Order: sequence, then C-alpha cells, then structure tokens
Amino acid sequence: MTSVLYDVPGPRARFRSKIFSVVGVVIIVGALLALIVVLGLPKTSANGAVQPGIWDASRWDVFNDVQVWRTLGIGALNTLRMAFVAAAFALVIGVLFSFGRSSGAAWIRIPTTIVLEFFRGMPVLLMMLFILLVFSTGSFWAGVAALAVYNGAIIGEALRAGINALPSGQREAGLAIGLTPIATRFRIEFPQAFRQMLPIIIAQLVVLLKDTSLAFVVGYPELMRSGNYNLGTFFGNQYQFSFFFVVLAIYLTMNLSLSWLARRIAKRTGPQAGKLIKPDTTPPIDPNLVDARALGTQSRDQ
Amino acid sequence: MDAVIDNLPLFLEGFRNTLGLLAVAGVGAFILGVLVAAMRISPVASLRAFATVYTEIVRNTPLTLVLFFCAYLLPYLQFSPGYFQLAAIGLTVYTSPFVAEALRSGVNGVHVGQAEAARSVGLTFGQTLSFIVLPQAFRMVIPPLINVFIALAKNTSVAGAFFVFELFGAARRITNDRGDAVIAILLAVAVFYLIITIPLGFIAGRIEKKVAVLR
Repeated sequence: MTSVLYDVPGPRARFRSKIFSVVGVVIIVGALLALIVVLGLPKTSANGAVQPGIWDASRWDVFNDVQVWRTLGIGALNTLRMAFVAAAFALVIGVLFSFGRSSGAAWIRIPTTIVLEFFRGMPVLLMMLFILLVFSTGSFWAGVAALAVYNGAIIGEALRAGINALPSGQREAGLAIGLTPIATRFRIEFPQAFRQMLPIIIAQLVVLLKDTSLAFVVGYPELMRSGNYNLGTFFGNQYQFSFFFVVLAIYLTMNLSLSWLARRIAKRTGPQAGKLIKPDTTPPIDPNLVDARALGTQSRDQ
Repeated sequence: MDAVIDNLPLFLEGFRNTLGLLAVAGVGAFILGVLVAAMRISPVASLRAFATVYTEIVRNTPLTLVLFFCAYLLPYLQFSPGYFQLAAIGLTVYTSPFVAEALRSGVNGVHVGQAEAARSVGLTFGQTLSFIVLPQAFRMVIPPLINVFIALAKNTSVAGAFFVFELFGAARRITNDRGDAVIAILLAVAVFYLIITIPLGFIAGRIEKKVAVLR
C-alpha cells in the first residue's frame, strides 16, 4: 500500500530519505540518551538531601534480595491466576451471550442485548467495586467476575459477528440433514465462527491480562500492587523507579508473548483457515480450455 | 435513592471531571495518534521503526502502570502540574497508539486500486493522500475511532484510583459515606457512564451502516 503512494525513489530522493532516516535516528537516540542522563543525575530534594541518580547501584541493590524476587514472582503468579480463571469464565459467558444475541426468540434476544450493552458500556473498575461491595466476594472473585463478564460480553459480540459472517448455506445444510436448530448452531456454525474469530478472541484475552492490574484497586495483591505499592513503600522512595521498571518489564514480557502467540494463530487459522475449501496453489482451469478439450475428446469419440 | 439525590452535587462534579478528562485526553490522543500513524506510513524507515516500537510498548503496558508513572513518578521528577493534568497525560499517552492503529487500518483499508488510479493520473504523494486516500480512509476510520473513545471514556475511571475526583472517585467516596445504599449509588454512577458510552456506540453503529452501504 505505502509503496503505491509514491514513485520508486531515484538516487536523489533515496539520498534525501537516507538523510532523513539518519537525522531521525539521531534525534530519537539523542532524546533517549538525554532522558537516561537526566534520570541518572543526582537530585537534591526539598530538605537538601542529595539522592544518587537512577542508574546508581545503590538504587538497584534491593534486587540482590531473594525475598524481593519472591514477592514479585508471587505477584506475577497472582496476576496470571486471575487472568486464567477470568479467561475461562469469559469464554463460557461469551458463548452464552453469542447464542442469546443470535437467538430466534425475541424474548431471549432482546433482554440479552440490553444486558450486553449494559456490561459493554460500564468500566471494569466500577464493576469490580460493585461486585466487591454488593456481593462481598473478596478481591479475587470480584476481579474475576468483573473481568469475566466484561470480556465475555465483548467475546460474545465477536462470536456473533463470526456466526453472522458465515454463508447462510451452512445453517441451511445443517437443518436440511435433519439436525435441530440448536444442534446446527453447536455443531455446524459455532466451530467455524470460533475459528474465524480466534485472533480477535486472543487479542481480547491480552486485554484481559492487562486489565487484571485494575484489581489492585480492590486490594488484590497482583503484580502491580505487590511490586509498586507493597515493595515500593516498604523499601522507600528511592527504589520506586527501579520497581516500576522491573514491573513494567515483567508485564511487557507476559503481554508481548501472548500477543505474539495471537499473531501466530492468526496467521495459521486466518480468514481462509475456517473456509471449507483451501485456497488452491494450482490456478483454476480456464473454462474455455476445458470446453475445447471436452469438445475435442467428444469429437474424437464420434 | 435518597443517598443518590443527597449526593447529586458530588456526582455532577465527578461527571464534569470525567467529561473533562475524556475531552482533554481525547483531543491529545487524537493529535498524538495522527502523528504516530503518519510516522508509521511514512517513507522514512527510522520514523517507521520508532512508531512501531512505541505502539507495541504502550499497547502492551497496563493503563494502571502508565497512570502510576504519571501520578507517582512524574511528581518525583519535579513535574507536578496537578493530578487531573497528570492523569490526562497518562490517558493521552495510553490511548494514542490505539488511535494510530485505527487510523492506519483505515488507510490500509482503502483499496489499492484507488491509490494506483490516483498515481496513474499523475497525482503526487501529497495529492494522492489528501484527495483520494484520506477522505475515504477518514470515513472508514470513524467507527473504530469512536470505539477507541468509548474505551477512553471507560478508562477515565482508572484515574479515580490515582487521586482524580471523577465518577469512580465520587462512587468510592459516596459509598464510604453511605454504606447502606451501595447498590443505588453504584447504579447511579453506571447510568452516568452509560450516558456517555451508549450514545457514542449508537453513533458508531449508524455510521458503520452508512459506510457499509457506500462500499
């Protein structure tokens, strides 16, 4: 697409774009270096005490302590545990929502639509607080329930779009061979829609994993709370940055690897993977040629 | 119910702050997102790489972590214009890659033939973009862009956990005062959020249908 937008650059344009490129790199690297240097400068706080810069060894020595790593590890495990349980429930709720939304009976479809719009329009955080205060479930289940319902609503919409996008012949064929409408939905339409929408669903699960960090508001000791708040306040202000960077690195590792997985699956079971006919590598035979050949054999037979 | 009516001024103050955050961060994220999207489709390789890395990192960072950085670490670096502004900065940065992705997918969604036709009648890069590609991309971009802003409206609630008194902050304070009417209070707050998100979603759906007919 981008290459269509401009001509293949000639020597002068190539030279210019190379200069732009180099200047861009210099500016970006310069800005990053400046940031690193500014962060590394020793700082004088209001009471006159001088603190060493962020890259000073004294601001990172807490990480020699095994206990710190244990706390971070437990936090990360708590995050993953909440994400895993919530994802399982979200998938189930999503399937139920998609069936309700595309149901033939109006008395199922309309209430489901209203409930779904309600959940989609609410912040997850508010839902967590609501569940925590009203049902007094404890922070873990409050987080899990809110994440499951919210992401379930979104996954349900994706699945419904997938079912709608199927050719109507699929449903008709299912009904024609004598399956009940529900069996058609479960055994013919749903597996195809699920595969079609798998990349979107996994992308939503990455969002879910990110959103587990919201549970720190209701007091769940996940990675963010244990890393930034508990350790940060325990070891004092000078380690705030160090803990922030480590927590950020852990989050990025988890999320980027899940995103990478999503992209791999999207490539393997992309739009064409759900189709019944695999795209052929050999080009289709030209109908004119077929016709001529068929005619030829016929005429020879005669 | 009386708990809601008694505390209506607090609700309205929170609602105003939520709307304010939505407006400020929305405009900021749009501007930043346009810049990132422009870098992402530009011919200059270093800008492209920078925009890609920026998008990937920010998109995979939890919003709470971004706002934590803004609310705790920026003041520590002697930059403290107030928590509302800090939260607005955090939301701007967090939302900008999503805006950029929506814009980029819009530009990519315009059929290649359109750009080829424009190029073959002799339009330059700038003319092709501004007369042919962007007007079409803009129309396709509006529904996903509105979805980004809906998400932003919901994300402003996270700022309530970082010292900004918006709807979620109001909900927390009022439920602390009136523990007996928690359900009514939280439903009232939910209604305020739905006042923002449902009309936006409705508009997005309408535009999507219109564009779909045109295609």
